[in-house]
Amino acid sequence: MSGIPHDHYEPSTGGEKWLHSRLPIVGLLYDTLMIPTPKNLNWMWIWGIVLAFCLALQIITGIVLVMHYTPHVDLAFGSIEHIMRNVNGGAMLRYLHMNGASLFFVAVYAHIFRGLYYGSYKAPREITWIIGMLIYLLMMGTAFMGYVLPWGQMSFWGATVITGLFGAIPFIGESIQTWLLGGPAVDNATLNRFFSLHYLLPFVIAGLVIVHIWAFHTTGNNNPTGVEVRRTSKADAEKDTLPFWPYFVIKDLFALAIVLVVFFAVVGFMPNYLGHPDNYIEANPLATPAHIVPEWYFLPFYAILRAFDSEVWVVIAANFLTGGIVDAKFFGVLAMFGAIIVMALVPWLDTSSVRSGRYRPMFKMWFWLFVVNFFVLMWVGAMPAEGIYPYIALLGSTYWFAYFLVILPLLGVLEKPLPQPDTIEDDFKAHYGKSSTNDGATAATPAE
Amino acid sequence: MLKKLALAATLALAPVSGAFAAGASGEVTNYDFSFEGAFGTFDQAQLQRGLQVYTQVCSACHGMKYVPLRTLSAEDGPGMPEDQVRAYAEQFFEVYDEEIEDFRPARPTDHFPENNAAGAPDLSLMAKARAGFHGPYGLGINQFFKGMGGPEYIASLLAGYTGEEKEEAGTILYENKAFPGGWISMAPPLYGDDVEYSDGTEATIEQQSKDVAAFLMWAAEPKLMARKQAGFVGVLFLTVLSVLLYLTNKRLWAPVKARAKD
Repeated sequence: MSGIPHDHYEPSTGGEKWLHSRLPIVGLLYDTLMIPTPKNLNWMWIWGIVLAFCLALQIITGIVLVMHYTPHVDLAFGSIEHIMRNVNGGAMLRYLHMNGASLFFVAVYAHIFRGLYYGSYKAPREITWIIGMLIYLLMMGTAFMGYVLPWGQMSFWGATVITGLFGAIPFIGESIQTWLLGGPAVDNATLNRFFSLHYLLPFVIAGLVIVHIWAFHTTGNNNPTGVEVRRTSKADAEKDTLPFWPYFVIKDLFALAIVLVVFFAVVGFMPNYLGHPDNYIEANPLATPAHIVPEWYFLPFYAILRAFDSEVWVVIAANFLTGGIVDAKFFGVLAMFGAIIVMALVPWLDTSSVRSGRYRPMFKMWFWLFVVNFFVLMWVGAMPAEGIYPYIALLGSTYWFAYFLVILPLLGVLEKPLPQPDTIEDDFKAHYGKSSTNDGATAATPAE
Repeated sequence: MLKKLALAATLALAPVSGAFAAGASGEVTNYDFSFEGAFGTFDQAQLQRGLQVYTQVCSACHGMKYVPLRTLSAEDGPGMPEDQVRAYAEQFFEVYDEEIEDFRPARPTDHFPENNAAGAPDLSLMAKARAGFHGPYGLGINQFFKGMGGPEYIASLLAGYTGEEKEEAGTILYENKAFPGGWISMAPPLYGDDVEYSDGTEATIEQQSKDVAAFLMWAAEPKLMARKQAGFVGVLFLTVLSVLLYLTNKRLWAPVKARAKD
């Protein structure tokens, strides 16, 4: 696909020409910053900037924290206390990093839900979506390993439970688990490799972020209507778009500032609200906490993992059909990873020709149920696996899979979509023009 | 609908707060502490009283190995004069010195000593390692409004003995209203007037419990006041920045929106 027609960088002075013919870096920066952007983007398109900020925040605070941290089972917990008590600004740095992870996930979930609602994953943006899912997976891995580093009780037992998942793989699981841990149990070798990877992966994420941006700069942004920017001529394209700088940079920075007000309030006034008190107890391999709970952002998947116990008929069936190879534990692991795989495959599972959920009346209901279900799973993931909770988790997990594997493929066939605007310009005018009364029903918050 | 999504994202934080999983919890009184809320600060006199209780009662069994003695002179902590800290360390604590391979009186550069004698847990981080408030239903609402409740839990525990005791597998357990499960192996440490406060405060069980809980909060989070101040400055400046960016953005987009009316 050819890009949206727009002005490109033209070196004017002799020096610029000299550089441009050797390394067109100014041109690259110019084209990136001045990329034509649909002018009807709404406030859900700000999370990308928040995410970029989070990555930078985590890398910068992380690099400084590493200067004072000691990855050793006998010293790690104490070195965190050293950071909290003796390092100048250390307590602030550590709380920023700790809560920065939470902000990162708030933003990524909002970003993913936006993509799911407006069909941002659909052709020609499948690669952007897949890269995004890879980034999300790496984020989860990085966050999990980061949580192990303070070597508190939840660090240790969380690591034990999660690496134990790999042990559930038939035949080779135990070997894989031992290989991952660097020994028979979570110990110094585990802490060291997690530390190494926790430092490495953010830079891999940064690389993938560049590819992510490259991909959607090639296809152009999606937008709330899902209607493509006109590429027939530069004049047409300019009716639908505005350059990223300054229009969207300023808009995004405004949104980022608001998000950061909330973030600083959390860091300043309740930095441990999202953490677990048990992680202020040094890791003790001999004392298992009453409830081992992952960080909040893993809870929906933790709920899916635990939902499939040995009494669920699909688990019994799988167990029977595979001659006992797939037991309840392995089934849970497959379900957890499967939940993310089906989400990654959504570009091919959603059969509707209409991109934006705004014009899909049936899809809308199922989508919002999916969002509610996500929070229900998150809640149930934090509850003990007893009483009614496993049933709720099973119901929620079933809906998760049904949404991607049954509902989205069928909706494309069954649903009668609403009429879409012809152009982005029409949509923009419908919101800001004089006769803007006709668009009340689909009132998405428009671009400021 | 986007507002709904934004709201959902905000609420996402609430249902999953940290203290969801502490099991069956006891009765925790929501004591008022001076350091609560966005502008709360430590009460220096209370921290000093708490230090006295810690030294004369708790430290018999518990240690506090992550807390440096020198921090007792911190202005946003107990605020003891440095010479007083030196005298205090020397008088009350002994530490093992590897260089002389023997115990010697503590100096301000040492930490509070470890104490594993009775198998009692270290108290350096106790006020952050326990949650007094939970739920309801794992929703994190109580923690949001009341705080995590570490100091409240400690104070409630210390003041929560009923006087009942029982023997189980050779260990004497004491009934305690605040302890999850109701029976704790720690003997009641406070009986009232366990210490004599120099500021004339009456040393009731509850008063001493609250004082030592406040002291342990400081021990666990010595940078609490600096942190709140940084948070306040951050919120203030970012709010101003938000307003400026809002106005900039509004102005920037005004002609674009005006053109849409043509």
